[in-house]
Amino acid sequence: MKIGVFVCHCGENISSTVDCLRVADLCKSYSGVEYSVDYKYMCSDPGQKLIKEAIHKYDLDAIVVGSCSPHMHERTFRNAAVSAGINPFMVEIANLREHCSWVHDEIEASTRKAIELMRMAIEKVKRDKPLTKINVPVTKRVLVIGGGIAGIQAALDTANAGYEVVLVEKEPSIGGHMSQLSETFPTLDCSQCILTPRMVEVHQHPRIKLMTYSEVERVEGFIGNFKVTIRKKARHINEENCSGCGLCITKCPIKKKAYNSFEEDLAFRPAVYVPFPQAIPNIPVIDETVCTYYKTGKCGMCLKVCDREAIDFGQKDTIHVADVGAIIVATGYKLYNIEKKSEDSIYKGYGEYGYGKYRDILDGLQFERIASASGPTSGEIKRPSDGRVPKKLAFIQCVGSRDDSKGISYCSKICCMYTAKQAMLYRHKVHDGEAYIFYMDIRAGGKMYEEFVRRAIEEDKVKYIRGRVSRIYEENGKYIVKGEDTIAGMPVEIDADMVVLATAMIPQDDAGSLARKIGIPYDKYGFFNEAHPKLRPVESTTAGIFLAGACQSPKDIPESVSMASAAASKAIILFANDTLEREPVVAKVNEDICAGCFYCMKVCPFGAVEVKDVKDMNGIVYKEVAYINQGVCQGCGTCTATCLSKSIELAGFNNEEIFAEIAAL
Amino acid sequence: MTSDILKDAKKLQTSFIPSGNFKESFKEKEHDKNISIQIHERSVEDEITERTFQDVSLCYQCGKCSAGCPVRYYMDIAPNKVVRLIQLGYYEEALNSDTPWLCAGCLACSVRCPKEFDLARFMDAVREIALEKGVEIKQVNILKFHNAFLDQIKNHGRSYEAGLVADYKMKTLDLFQDVDSAPGMFLKGKLILLPHNIKNRKEIKRIFKKTSGKN
Repeated sequence: MKIGVFVCHCGENISSTVDCLRVADLCKSYSGVEYSVDYKYMCSDPGQKLIKEAIHKYDLDAIVVGSCSPHMHERTFRNAAVSAGINPFMVEIANLREHCSWVHDEIEASTRKAIELMRMAIEKVKRDKPLTKINVPVTKRVLVIGGGIAGIQAALDTANAGYEVVLVEKEPSIGGHMSQLSETFPTLDCSQCILTPRMVEVHQHPRIKLMTYSEVERVEGFIGNFKVTIRKKARHINEENCSGCGLCITKCPIKKKAYNSFEEDLAFRPAVYVPFPQAIPNIPVIDETVCTYYKTGKCGMCLKVCDREAIDFGQKDTIHVADVGAIIVATGYKLYNIEKKSEDSIYKGYGEYGYGKYRDILDGLQFERIASASGPTSGEIKRPSDGRVPKKLAFIQCVGSRDDSKGISYCSKICCMYTAKQAMLYRHKVHDGEAYIFYMDIRAGGKMYEEFVRRAIEEDKVKYIRGRVSRIYEENGKYIVKGEDTIAGMPVEIDADMVVLATAMIPQDDAGSLARKIGIPYDKYGFFNEAHPKLRPVESTTAGIFLAGACQSPKDIPESVSMASAAASKAIILFANDTLEREPVVAKVNEDICAGCFYCMKVCPFGAVEVKDVKDMNGIVYKEVAYINQGVCQGCGTCTATCLSKSIELAGFNNEEIFAEIAAL
Repeated sequence: MTSDILKDAKKLQTSFIPSGNFKESFKEKEHDKNISIQIHERSVEDEITERTFQDVSLCYQCGKCSAGCPVRYYMDIAPNKVVRLIQLGYYEEALNSDTPWLCAGCLACSVRCPKEFDLARFMDAVREIALEKGVEIKQVNILKFHNAFLDQIKNHGRSYEAGLVADYKMKTLDLFQDVDSAPGMFLKGKLILLPHNIKNRKEIKRIFKKTSGKN
């Protein structure tokens, strides 16, 4: 075997503490080394040319590059080797920068260390075997989890690019929180008016399979080849027969037993209901927990009035399996509430704001419903307790957010804007009303955002008071809001008729359990982690699973939409090829000596280990061995280290190679 | 406690910020009154950090403490502003304020603080430092009340209300303050005439001796 050695100076990064010339000279004397040279910038074009020419001239079989970390330039040198006709896995990198020159300052000692590192790499490369990339087929279908604005956008983009989409939504209708909003900042356009056409588009799209009132049960497989199990919850309505006439809803005698969660519990709904009139699909759901039929076996009013025989009390949950190549997670957020929390919760409630016992202290979404033309008050601002029009309204920002003592350190990002919008809406609807906003900082970074806040102050005369509110209590039907204007240095007390709290955005309750099901990491709050905060913001660390919207961190609508489009394009990029190329650095089981203890299965963090039956000539199974799915294996080596019978080897890092490296020291 | 690096950084920070000729004026006072002092390399901020085990930079000036303070209306500057003055190195202004003295230690601020900054403890430290540095105390009567209360503890090992009233009145010479509330309190058993001493008063006296450094 002929080996070429290339020692890089990395400008002065390596050469300032390592005598590169001496390293290169010494390497010449090692057996198998045909050619050895040093150069100032090996990664540069002339440097790569030097490598290629040497490979041709000396007919090299393998090369060793002493340079920076393989994270940085392994790919560069491998590509250079490939273009000169060498297998990319016959290239070894000795890390002379991060592991040597940067961490030492004595030239003699660090040169000696560099020589040792080079010798190790040379010994390893002698035993390296050419590897070929693994090709795995790609199922060109996407699973989108969550049917809010992010999920809708991701589904539409992927479907319009020509791929099939399965959109799973746990609620009876898609639309998410955006469908609850009245008007949107900074343009004040009606939320429903811009959202519902998109919802209809999803419903009518030939390539989107919409599964509402469904939840993801299990995800198996790997990038390009996921197998997803979806539980479709029983609606007790036959979807094919139902025409969405709504007769069952109007005739249902149960009127006031269940709160309407779409109206943020400000109104009631019947036992059979659609969340809101523009729901997609417009098919009702029967709530088993309040329906009289499920309690006494009587009533059945809906059954009598439905002339399409769509009511099916005996309907059961059904399980569906979908094969997909990529998953886009867009599960969104919920609002923190100020109620008293249990001991084990990471959050704490706001006793000083009454733990949610006052009916006229609302959160942001409740106020959206009250301000919405389709809401419980038909868009008139009224107090939920007595229906009076509030003449003095206090808005409080950063409730929960930026409050370490309540368990949330982050800024929820959108509250500054929506509070300004809500105060503006209130002033537009109640001309003689006063609006006060208690804030700590105004974070209005975004196109036309700062201008919007200034408009609230200058045109709509909303009073901004800088200071957190210490306490709210009821006195003669008014809510006394005790604050301090820290700019004026004066205490402030406002007798408000209604208080709106801009409570923090937190992940959905089941975000953590979903993340464990699909195998993606999440932070301490339950927001899903991106692969890299700057350069890979829409990818999860698991290949083939992408993130969109507020499930990753608090976001407003434009940001969620752009993230959804980015996630969709990531999926589309994945589908550009029929097969996926994967690094061949994967573990392989020697079936002859595998004892079938399956310890590897327990330790594998990616679920790559499967059970394989070994059959004799007559086709009779005589033992079970471990089998590693090459598509799933990420080459971490955990199974290799765990295997008791030493029957697993990691390609590119097998025992022989590693021991030779150690022996060279 | 704060690391050395943090301390250096703070020194650097405070050295940029004008704090008047505060140190000089202090030295004169210290010299005149012959108070034993530590070496003042450390800033007042470091001093507070050491006494309260919390970093003053934690406070992000939301003002919730001032908003809920029951005695806020009597203070010359808001409680959050005292923290601000310390953060910026305006120690003289902070120590001269009567806000720390009016603080009743009800802990409403400490309980509600979103950054879990114990403001009541901070105020304690400010009061202590003001005393040690010999700053002129504007709220003299409050200081007298504190001393009168401590005297009861020293003498009886526990609170003794009648003694406290007598002692305070002797110290302030304002004999008729709040006398009209005395009969009511007496009838409700809030003013017991004879003190209840604890058993081992010597130990209490020893604690006082050890901690105060005098008598």
